[in-house]
Amino acid sequence: MIMKEKAKILDKDTIKRSLMRIAHEVLEKNQGTRDICIIGIRNRGAYLARRLADYIAHIEGEDVSVGILDITLYRDDLTLIAPQPVVHKTDIDFDITDKNIILVDDVLYTGRTVRAALDALVDFGRPKSIQLVVLIDRGHRELPIRADYVGKNIPTAENEMIEVRLAEVDGSDEVVIVDRRGS
Amino acid sequence: MLWKRKDLLGLEELSREEIELILDTAESFKDVSRRAIKKVPALRGKTVVNLFYEPSTRTRVSFEIAAKRLSADVINIMSETSSVRKGETLIDTGSNIQALKTDIIVVRHNCSGAAAILARHLDISVINAGDGWHEHPTQALLDILTLKERLGRLEGVSVAIVGDIAHSRVARSNIWGLTKLGVRVTVCAPKMLIPAGIEDLGVRVTHNLEDALKDADAVNVLRMQFERDEKNAFPNQIEYFKNFGITKERLARAKRSIIVMHPGPLNRGVEISSEVADGASSVILEQVTNGIAARMAVLFLVSQAQDNKE
Repeated sequence: MIMKEKAKILDKDTIKRSLMRIAHEVLEKNQGTRDICIIGIRNRGAYLARRLADYIAHIEGEDVSVGILDITLYRDDLTLIAPQPVVHKTDIDFDITDKNIILVDDVLYTGRTVRAALDALVDFGRPKSIQLVVLIDRGHRELPIRADYVGKNIPTAENEMIEVRLAEVDGSDEVVIVDRRGS
Repeated sequence: MLWKRKDLLGLEELSREEIELILDTAESFKDVSRRAIKKVPALRGKTVVNLFYEPSTRTRVSFEIAAKRLSADVINIMSETSSVRKGETLIDTGSNIQALKTDIIVVRHNCSGAAAILARHLDISVINAGDGWHEHPTQALLDILTLKERLGRLEGVSVAIVGDIAHSRVARSNIWGLTKLGVRVTVCAPKMLIPAGIEDLGVRVTHNLEDALKDADAVNVLRMQFERDEKNAFPNQIEYFKNFGITKERLARAKRSIIVMHPGPLNRGVEISSEVADGASSVILEQVTNGIAARMAVLFLVSQAQDNKE
């Protein structure tokens, strides 16, 4: 397989602006921080969730609870995504019942990750609502799922991949389109 | 690290990396048992058969709970109440279980190598839940998980295994696992209960309990299996307790931080005093809890290996 980096879509500043805007939108829609908590989907969604919480704290002056969700055990395409995904811990140390959950992931594609995340969340309690934040929506949905807050919509072809790189794991912030062709 | 084995037969054949993968996976599974809804759908639609030719409560219940928390369906077959009593062979029983379109057999048998025979004849996964004097890998895994959690590391720590080493599959699996992970192991028992050549497995042998406990970070106390004493060769219980029983007085001369493990069931007043079993150093019930996570990890990994093959 040949991977070719095609274009850089977002950089450090534009990622920050997108998340900052989403922070404002979340606060506007929920009328403040009351009853909201932020849960990121491992791996990169967890870092984005932390950042979003920091921006919200910066804007409102109030901390919100942040959790991390590992959805490995809930996937319906376990064997398709990787030879063997490693099971990590879910880390939600607060009650989600009657909360408005802001669910965060990096890329929305088929919708199967989000479907798994919804199943996992309802095993933890009955939230009042679940709202979805994604940094990138690349289309090609296979399930009736949509995001409530989107950093950037990027129409893509099936043979393209979106790579979200974050300083916390990858050393720097950027989003790139990668061309993937079978050799 | 990729898990490729359809079976778990023992720790002897596993690499250090494979054992570490099971331990890491088990740590992640611990949190499932702490939730209000103690269940994840990872093994939904799979069937696990517990095939037990020897009496067992804790191991069978632990496997059953582990499988159910992964959403698998579980069937228990006890040899006393099955066709085994009519003379059916192990392989025939296994083939029938496979023909019922099940996915995993968890087998306990009094013959060493029984799990390996089944694994060789069947396409479905086989997990060894104890075979004769050979191995009891999930017990060793839960012991090691408990050690790692309590001591914070494994490399360089020192563990004493005290008791009937000769007849103990728990001891053998522990020795294979611990030595691969860089743990220093000392075995301690009366001469007749130490098998010849055990030093070749990389362990230190002593017949003096005080010597065994001196530098130990943990002591794993084995149950004296009097039901296996066919030749009447064991020391009597009082004599054994006097020389090898783990008591408060003996622990007072060991490291203050020493932890005490026991695979159960306990013979109070034979290999361990009640005071120690119920005392602050004891992690015996934590072992029981960790057994669920260790077995969930093994069930999950062998099931994944099967799915990847298809």
